[in-house]
Amino acid sequence: MSLLKVDNLSIVFGGVKAIDDLSFTIEPGKIHSIIGPNGAGKTTLFNLITGVYTPTTGTVLYENEGVTGFKSYELAARGMSRTFQNLQIFFNMTAIENVMVGAHLHLNRGFFASFFGLPTIKEGDRHCRETCLELLDFVGLRHYADTDTDSMPYGALKRLEIARALASKPKILLLDEPAAGLNPAESREIDEVIKKVAERGITVVLVEHDMKMVMEISDHILVLDYGRKLTEGTAQEVRNNPDVIAAYLGG
Amino acid sequence: MMGKLYLQESLSDMSAEFLQFLFSGVTLGATYALVGLGFSIIYNASHVINFAQGEFVMMGGMGTVFFLGLGLPMPVAILAAIALTTLFGFGLERFAIAPARGASVVTLIIITIGASIVMRGLVQVVWGKEFHAIPAFSGDEPITIAGATILPQSLWVLGVTVLLVLALRFFFEKTIMGKAIIATSLNRDAALLMGINVRFVLFISFGLSAALGAAAGILVAPITLTNFEAGIMLGLKGFCAAILGGLGNGMGAVAGGMIVGIAEAMGAGYLISEYKDAIAFVLILLVLFFKPSGLFGKTGTERV
Amino acid sequence: MDKLKSPRTGGLLILMAIIAVLPAFLDNAFQVEIAILIFFNAIVCIGLNLLIGYAGQISLGHGAFVGLGAYGSAILTAHQGWDPLLSMVAAATFTGVLCFVIARPILKLKGHYLAMATLGMGIIISIVINTEDQLTGGPDGMYVDGLSFMTSQIHWYWLIGAVLVFSVWASLNLIHSPIGRALRAVHGSEVAAEVVGVDTTQYKVLIFVVSGVFASVVGSLGVYYSNFVTPDIAGFFHSIELVVMVVFGGMASTFGAVVGAAILTILPQVLTFLHDFEHLVFGLILMLTMIFLPKGLVPTLADLFKKGDKS
Repeated sequence: MSLLKVDNLSIVFGGVKAIDDLSFTIEPGKIHSIIGPNGAGKTTLFNLITGVYTPTTGTVLYENEGVTGFKSYELAARGMSRTFQNLQIFFNMTAIENVMVGAHLHLNRGFFASFFGLPTIKEGDRHCRETCLELLDFVGLRHYADTDTDSMPYGALKRLEIARALASKPKILLLDEPAAGLNPAESREIDEVIKKVAERGITVVLVEHDMKMVMEISDHILVLDYGRKLTEGTAQEVRNNPDVIAAYLGG
Repeated sequence: MMGKLYLQESLSDMSAEFLQFLFSGVTLGATYALVGLGFSIIYNASHVINFAQGEFVMMGGMGTVFFLGLGLPMPVAILAAIALTTLFGFGLERFAIAPARGASVVTLIIITIGASIVMRGLVQVVWGKEFHAIPAFSGDEPITIAGATILPQSLWVLGVTVLLVLALRFFFEKTIMGKAIIATSLNRDAALLMGINVRFVLFISFGLSAALGAAAGILVAPITLTNFEAGIMLGLKGFCAAILGGLGNGMGAVAGGMIVGIAEAMGAGYLISEYKDAIAFVLILLVLFFKPSGLFGKTGTERV
Repeated sequence: MDKLKSPRTGGLLILMAIIAVLPAFLDNAFQVEIAILIFFNAIVCIGLNLLIGYAGQISLGHGAFVGLGAYGSAILTAHQGWDPLLSMVAAATFTGVLCFVIARPILKLKGHYLAMATLGMGIIISIVINTEDQLTGGPDGMYVDGLSFMTSQIHWYWLIGAVLVFSVWASLNLIHSPIGRALRAVHGSEVAAEVVGVDTTQYKVLIFVVSGVFASVVGSLGVYYSNFVTPDIAGFFHSIELVVMVVFGGMASTFGAVVGAAILTILPQVLTFLHDFEHLVFGLILMLTMIFLPKGLVPTLADLFKKGDKS
């Protein structure tokens, strides 16, 4: 069974079809990438998948249920999480606290228990801190645990965002240009983290325009151009596709 | 026959009454519009909501009272009061807002609240707590129009407001300084890169805003009297006008001021005069609930 | 042992110690009165700080909620003959429900629009209190009997002191829980909070109600303490004063809220010797503090001493 199923999806903005009759499926447990030249509709597609936009026609099904009209936090509860192209870090908190917010859904959130500081809350937080430390370790940021995020480097924050998303225990994780603005060394660190996330059995959907990164780590690639599917397949198949070469070389 | 005549008479009574409320509404509205414009100018240049705007209004009125007391002729006293208030505007920017650059919006709001307390305190110490009147610019003989009366001073309020609004439009659209202020409000960094002296723009904006406030205060003082606390409600209602029109939208603030003024006069006249001061705030809440960025505002997000 | 050293427990213990020994240094009824006033203001500020400092949502109308508590209690006790404690609970419930109803539309607004809406709401409530004089006594205010079992001023000192300690403790509990983190996340980035499962609207509404109820309870207790209430309590200036206390002491700091309330309650008393110059000097001190310590007193000092934890 496919995890995510996109059927005949279209969205029109002011007469322009940003996404045009697009269909594809995403199978569980792999790294899927969506690539395309600037303006191909990648971010629009991302916002359609995460329920932010309402499609003009067509459907997006996540685990056989629609996503349109669902709030982000409701999708998070259904196991879908995402990161942002422009960093969205809680700069008023430390690194570990950022990750602990990610675990929000899995903690006791009773008001009176919290207000009166019941032991279950404290116990839960202690346990949560441990698992979140492991996640920081997982993305290579354990040494930053109690650092204020406003004094952390950009590359580390990109990985922190992934750790925070992982804390919500997603089945599918959507990453919006995770390598944007990173230097080659930082970019490689992100690659490693993404591979490890997939090894944990989490389905990764990557939106990137950096071809090289995508080719190296993706199991499956979908190429968009002007809102339409140009082709899809393995890195090898996509690389040799003449339409792709033409689109990227501006043919 | 008798019945018909009676009906006609009461109809003209009704329209005269309506006109009467409308006159007082537009007079109030013009004042709120000027105060609201002051909020908008400062907000545009600095993204600060200046809670001392009402005190600029008060200082205009009280300053005129003071200079008249010194025996200066009216026009000189008015110019002196505007100049004095403008100095306070410059001072607020230079000594309080500029040094706090980078502080959070809430902190900046509190600094302007502190400034309003200082200005009220200062006026109270120097000029006392009593209410004062400024003589009307051209007599107190009401003019009758279609059964309703209007004070000559109201015409002054309206006329000067129209002139000021036109002058401001000219300033922002045709002069280098005005364009620099607009550019700074749109994109501060880009303005800097284009060689605009952003610090000077902020400085000028505060002075301009203070002068506008003072003008509003002087115009209404003959109608409403003035004392050291006279700026509080005027300031808050001017803020309503600015928000109603969409923060930073100058013409929006003028329209907002008019709407608030007319709603207030009509509400007080036809509905409940005890709740006259509440009308502006009920109106603003209703508008914000349905149109969260004001009537003419751009939709966008910002945070405190 | 470790627990004692944390600023959270340590701060609470220091606060308890100060409240315990303070009466020995208070020479007269007036000074006790000021101490009680500080406690009252501090409790409101602790609630307000959860909303402004932690969740990042400004309110320029919280004086109105203190007013609703005060007048709710006063009216039910004086006109309806209700038991004072029952009146207090009823007033707090009413305030809480009102907050819940208006929170959704109001907290959809951001920044200055939110400031305007809360300010407008506060002014409307205060105008209603001023105008409905049959019920409230209008601008002259109204008298209410106090609590029969509170026979001396020092009883009040201990009662309100205890309520303050409880409020600080509960506020710290809340902050150091998933709810507290969710509130700070709302402040940090609403979109990011949503994608990891935080229903930001729900938390904004929750904390608006909590801070409203804190204010209402203080209003009720205050009216029983002083046996008298005037509409000023719900007015614009009281609302502003509360926000100033929170920001002055330091946003997102529970102890900052207490310190801010203490200093800004004492300051006007200290400045009375200046007579007419009182307001002028008060305004200047406020401006200078905010210009030079924009983060507020306690966080700035905490940064200086680098003590870590942000309780």
